[in-house]
Amino acid sequence: MALITYRDALNQALRDEMHRDDRVFLMGEEVGEYNGAYKVSKGLLEEFGEMRVVDTPITELGFAGVGVGAAMVGLRPVVEFMTWNFALLALDQIVNAAAKMLYMSGGQFPMPLVFRGPNGAALQLSAQHSQAWESWLAHIPGLKVVAPGTPYDAKGLLKAAIRDDNPVIVLEGEMLYNTKGEVPDEDYVIPLGKAELKREGDHCSIITSGKMVLVAMQVADQMAKDGIRIDVVDLRTIRPMDVDAITASVRKTNRAVVLEEGWEVCGIGAQVVVYIQRDCFDHLDAPVLRVHQADVPMPYAKAIEKAAKPDVAKTIAAVKKVMYIES
Amino acid sequence: MAAKKKSDNDPALGKSLLHSMILQRRFEEKVAEAYALGKIGGFCHLYIGQEAVSTGTLSLLRDDDYVLTTYRDHGQAIMRGMSPRSVMAELFGRIDGCSRGKGGSMHLFDRHVNFLGGHGIVGGHVPMATGVGFAIKYRGGDQVCICYMGEAAVNNGAFHESLNMAGLWRLPVIYVIENNKYGMGTALARASSIKDMYKRGATYNIESAEVDGQDVWAVRDAMQDAIDRARKDYAPTLLEIRTSRYMGHSMSDAASGTYRSKEELESDRKRDPINLLKAKLITDKLIMDADVAAMEAEIAAVVQDSWDFADASPEPPLEALFEDVYVETTT
Repeated sequence: MALITYRDALNQALRDEMHRDDRVFLMGEEVGEYNGAYKVSKGLLEEFGEMRVVDTPITELGFAGVGVGAAMVGLRPVVEFMTWNFALLALDQIVNAAAKMLYMSGGQFPMPLVFRGPNGAALQLSAQHSQAWESWLAHIPGLKVVAPGTPYDAKGLLKAAIRDDNPVIVLEGEMLYNTKGEVPDEDYVIPLGKAELKREGDHCSIITSGKMVLVAMQVADQMAKDGIRIDVVDLRTIRPMDVDAITASVRKTNRAVVLEEGWEVCGIGAQVVVYIQRDCFDHLDAPVLRVHQADVPMPYAKAIEKAAKPDVAKTIAAVKKVMYIES
Repeated sequence: MAAKKKSDNDPALGKSLLHSMILQRRFEEKVAEAYALGKIGGFCHLYIGQEAVSTGTLSLLRDDDYVLTTYRDHGQAIMRGMSPRSVMAELFGRIDGCSRGKGGSMHLFDRHVNFLGGHGIVGGHVPMATGVGFAIKYRGGDQVCICYMGEAAVNNGAFHESLNMAGLWRLPVIYVIENNKYGMGTALARASSIKDMYKRGATYNIESAEVDGQDVWAVRDAMQDAIDRARKDYAPTLLEIRTSRYMGHSMSDAASGTYRSKEELESDRKRDPINLLKAKLITDKLIMDADVAAMEAEIAAVVQDSWDFADASPEPPLEALFEDVYVETTT
């Protein structure tokens, strides 16, 4: 096992899969000569050539559709969006085409394709560049949505996404690319639809995914100092969601906080809460609380940007509240 | 492009083109009847008047070429070789339909003949066709992909993004604008800053041509040039094929009314693609009236058979509701 960055873990996954299967190719803005806006595709153009590492014009709707068309006839495209904010221009292809093609063709046209790129806020990028789209995408039947929170998960989930015969959305994070973790050199996949218990505890569950996994782990570390043991459930895949992992945790702890990067209204957390109230109603010792972005577009100025984001302090406050601990 | 007639005017070919056009026409007349009786639901857009476009273009494709089109897709589906039975059953919403009753009129698919839909968002399938062209080149093949769209799609961003990539990367895609003059009820002149849609090709370094869409031979000539260009040089083409739809935009509106006069429609119908071809074949003594009558009788039976088949086919079972949302990954 080597200690590598999340960025390099994704790079390994892409390289491995392109070696393994010559139907796999990468396309997007700046993926080739520039080595990727965030250097995820570093060295791939040199290794695989311009037919398999395709620099596109700034034309998200167009190249997302090129991916859909190529997938219809048997290639396995990996379409990179420089950020998911720009992918809004491509939603027609993602939602109306990729997600529905199998269904409306009566099962004739599977869509083995991956749409990936950084999701959510970085630092001081303000309103149009700081949005977490998981609830929009996970809303759509026909899509699978994964949000790896660690380098290990990034490699294993991206490999699984590329090998899956359905359209898979991979939500990465600008703030995650430099994080490091142990990642095996050898081939492995993480099955889609399986959560992981990232920390075991019996006092309160935190259910989360993606970038917020790091926040949850920090919360668990800090609270452990006060003897509070947090069960951290990393969903890893948002659709299909591992409901059994959620309910197993909440039945053990009897308390839950749902932590997500996006907005509250119609968010992922709302869906998690539905499963908890449906399947764990008699196990709950407190109402379930949610931690999320403030219900505003992301501001630029540092202090109010910080105030808008979910963080360790807000999550600790929520955990204390569901544990009826005076703060 | 210089006018030239290189289509082979042999009797068998002429007869076969006429047969294809009449089959599409009679099939859709039957569709209109079924719609009126409530056998077909939803949106249903008829192709009547435009048959020389599908027939001229698709009569030149190979089996391994690819077709993508809009929601006005019945004529092209049949011309591509999908059985009238499977198309009618799809329109009836039955399990034996080409899309197993999941797609309906706007979403006809058949992977056995590389018919890649039937798409309902104006312009949305144009990037997909570009992707099919990309895949052909990726594999080093010599197939072509034909992509039909209405003239209104040309004002859509997806069209421009696609043609830019096809021109830039040299992809073997033949973009066919079926200019029937109206995007739903909005005349071309009220929606486009230029009148000649084919001129958009030049902006993207793509060869283009304007074609008489009521003359099946002219359509074939232009299509043959486009195919040669694509197979030989991976070069895309933009064809603007000028035609006329005799019906309303869909089954929900009248053929003429606020946006189009009766007189204009009457005038269009004088250049009916089927009548033009039939008259030419008869004048050239390549067929006789009796041949046409026999053809009509045979087609009437085929169309009636498609109705009977569709009517007898069961609706999809309730368990089909949850099928085909995801496919099992086997690798």
